[in-house]
Amino acid sequence: MVDIFYPFQWIADKFTYNLFNLARETHLAESINFIIYDVLKIFFLLILMIFIVTYIRSYVTPEKTKKILGNKKGILPNFIASLVGTVTPFCSCSSVPLFIGFVEAGVPLGATFSFLITSPLVNEAAIAVLLGIFGLKITLIYVISGILIGTIGGYIIGLLKMENHVADFVYKIKSKEIEEKKKTQKERVQFAIGEVKSIFKKVWIYIIIGVSLGGIFHGFAPEGILEKYTNNIFGVPIATLIGIPLYSNVLGMIPIIESLVAKGLPIGTALAFLMAVTALSLPEIIILKKVLKKKLIIAFIVITGLAILFTGYLFNLII
Amino acid sequence: MRIKILGTGCPNCKILEKNTKEAIEELNLKAEVEKVTDITEIMEYGIMSTPALVVDEKVVSYGKVLSSEEIKKLLK
Repeated sequence: MVDIFYPFQWIADKFTYNLFNLARETHLAESINFIIYDVLKIFFLLILMIFIVTYIRSYVTPEKTKKILGNKKGILPNFIASLVGTVTPFCSCSSVPLFIGFVEAGVPLGATFSFLITSPLVNEAAIAVLLGIFGLKITLIYVISGILIGTIGGYIIGLLKMENHVADFVYKIKSKEIEEKKKTQKERVQFAIGEVKSIFKKVWIYIIIGVSLGGIFHGFAPEGILEKYTNNIFGVPIATLIGIPLYSNVLGMIPIIESLVAKGLPIGTALAFLMAVTALSLPEIIILKKVLKKKLIIAFIVITGLAILFTGYLFNLII
Repeated sequence: MRIKILGTGCPNCKILEKNTKEAIEELNLKAEVEKVTDITEIMEYGIMSTPALVVDEKVVSYGKVLSSEEIKKLLK
């Protein structure tokens, strides 16, 4: 098979050995070569993924989704909501309007939570960086478990019948039907290009920092150094607990975590940590407090947290 | 003309507000710009993705940060 990333290796080589004039096979040269190559590869994947996903997104708007999901029963709406969550963008500031819009349209509470869980957990930028750093297998595992966590987590929350723990004002809102304009192909492509630009502008620096730190750790820390400390039964819960309050840029985090995996951190523990960072963030919890009463917030955190724990243990066992 | 920017105060909403004011200025329009941050009021417009732009009580765009060029086209 032709290596589609070959051009990036070529550029990385040119930079390291010709422009910076570093001697081959030294620690420094190899680290720098690796960092340049990885950054270029991730940038490429990032642009590609954001373009593809935002193009799809122009068809799957939340306004449309709530119509599809309204008043459906069983676990199917949870699965659909979770799936839709993977392609919709998520910034914590949009979670409240989304939540109210869903509830108001009669989407079951459980399905609304399926959406709320998966939306930040699986997003195009994280997929791109995971692909570039961990490869296809781990990325697929991450995405599929993310969708399942959303589906099952939301389903369980639905079973708890906590509708009365939603802030009262939510049920009083009556919103107008909105007409959706037909978009032309050109508009969809323009939308996707616009999103590529705006997301890329926000994240490129974190990727450079993350890959650099990961590269340094790769080069200088001895292999297997973490195995002794992290390969035990407490690894997964500790990683999850550390991940929750840590609201950092997960994209920069991925390369660092990968370098820790190379030094012996079990993969399930690593995935649990990344999921906790993305799915359960402090700012999001604070924002959700506007629309949820305390018990429902706690149920959301506990159930999502347990699902992440379970996933972490599972992958430590089978990979 | 009455223009409303709907958004809970995220950075994107501020960019949209800035771009809208630019567009108004460049077109030399007489328009009032109001920022709506109250979530109940925002939801009444039926949108779920912010920021949104409302011209004379009609939602003309949502879930997107429009550039001032795009806003100009909408205001004409």
